[in-house]
Amino acid sequence: MTEYNFAYLDEQTKRMIRRAILKGLAIPGYQVPFASREMPMPYGWGTGGVQVSAAVLTPKDTFKVIDQGADDTTNAVSIRTFFQRTAGVATTTATSDATVIQTRHRIPEEPLHEGQILVYQVPIPEPLRFLEPRESETRKMHSLEEYGLMHVKLYEDISRHGHIATSYAYPVKVEGRYVMDPSPIPKFDNPKLGDMAAIQLFGAGREQRIYALPPYTQVVSLDFEDHPFEASKADHPCGMCGATDSYLDELIIDDLGGRMFVCSDTDYCEARQAAGHKGKDAA
Amino acid sequence: MTPLLSVQGITKRYGAHIGCADVSFNLYPGEVMGIVGESGSGKSTLLNCMAGHLTPDAGQVVFDTRTDGPRDTITMSEPERRMLGRTDWAFVHQHARDGLRMGVSAGGNVGERLMAVGERHYGDIRDKATDWLGRVEIDASRVDDRPTTFSGGMQQRLQIARNLVTGPRLVFMDEPTGGLDVSVQARLLDLLRGLVRDMGLSAIIVTHDLAVVRLLADRLMVMKSGRVIEAGLTDQVLDDPQHAYSQLLVSSVLQV
Repeated sequence: MTEYNFAYLDEQTKRMIRRAILKGLAIPGYQVPFASREMPMPYGWGTGGVQVSAAVLTPKDTFKVIDQGADDTTNAVSIRTFFQRTAGVATTTATSDATVIQTRHRIPEEPLHEGQILVYQVPIPEPLRFLEPRESETRKMHSLEEYGLMHVKLYEDISRHGHIATSYAYPVKVEGRYVMDPSPIPKFDNPKLGDMAAIQLFGAGREQRIYALPPYTQVVSLDFEDHPFEASKADHPCGMCGATDSYLDELIIDDLGGRMFVCSDTDYCEARQAAGHKGKDAA
Repeated sequence: MTPLLSVQGITKRYGAHIGCADVSFNLYPGEVMGIVGESGSGKSTLLNCMAGHLTPDAGQVVFDTRTDGPRDTITMSEPERRMLGRTDWAFVHQHARDGLRMGVSAGGNVGERLMAVGERHYGDIRDKATDWLGRVEIDASRVDDRPTTFSGGMQQRLQIARNLVTGPRLVFMDEPTGGLDVSVQARLLDLLRGLVRDMGLSAIIVTHDLAVVRLLADRLMVMKSGRVIEAGLTDQVLDDPQHAYSQLLVSSVLQV
């Protein structure tokens, strides 16, 4: 692989992205504009995350990619192979062995430790987008800390559904200052965002924004006093490993209404099964 | 007595064209000021300058704030001015669509200002919103309906409720009855008059409808070509206009 520069992007581009990342880390939750490049994959496949990963990867890193928690789905496999080929880095599926983890829509169940970097793929970085379509206005609202509108969305949820029905991309406030879209992770993962030992970087390729959470940052999910935030999940144990504390996918297994719930984090589930835990649906 | 709003020498130019020139007046607490004039006479420019939507080229708009006393709102910082805009000030647009969020329910529309000033209790917000819908004669059962399902008059009343919920002291109104048919207009005026009296609001009403100012305004300014040509008590100006243009304006009203 001599045709590509290390990790695909040229050094000047990586430098530019690193500067955006550093600025993002200095102002937690603030969306830093950056000159997003065309990547050899379509928008929506994680072009932002890939650029951030490319900028932070070093030859000694061990790389892991998850898509909705799984290591073996299309998006995860293709991005992992991409960096295997263009950077030649070691890859793994074990959360604790990885130094850089690129993720789409999940935070691993296993707590991350210091020295790890979690890179999120973000489709829409602006939490106020669907409430206020003017970007000039939302920027002003961020700079003046006018976030009443965010609660209007939650108000509408309660008035329509009787509870806060937003279940993913649940808005958070970072260090009492910026309201941030945590990317479409389930709100079950929201409590893990705060006080995390690892560095969290968010890349939105099409929208050309990078934002970041340094380790041990205070992150609070927005709510009402009489309708507090609740990290919800399906009320079942995992069918394969029996875990009761992990986020579950619901699988339809026949056309007779049969279904099973399994951990969305495949590495977590496999590790538990290897340790002898067994759920009711395990073969 | 300190005036609630003291406007001095407001001038706004659009290039060589004059929007409004050298307008000065004082507005005292509880007073309603009407501004009339034909289209293009600078009424809306003046209103937008006072409400902070436009920056005038010269002049001062001194508002008697609750905490710091009289302050010039043109030189104060933008966050402070925007804070005033959602607490002590209210702005009623001519078209309700400009002042409402059409994709958000009536309750959410009324609650937005409450949430913007830090209210975080859903039950309280909803109670206040329902209460305000009642005050502007919208049935409480419509609290979860979107304004798109409301009639023009209801939308305008909803806009008024949304503006008054935080208990402002000064309301700017830009043709609040424009585009409504006469019976709905009469009802809205009746409602506005009641609210202004009950809450002790001060208001500045821009309109070209002399009947509106006759009913609502204590004092009146007549504008033409960006300048105030006559000012005084409403009844005095309407019954005994001095300036030729005021005389024309008063005599142009159709009698039924």
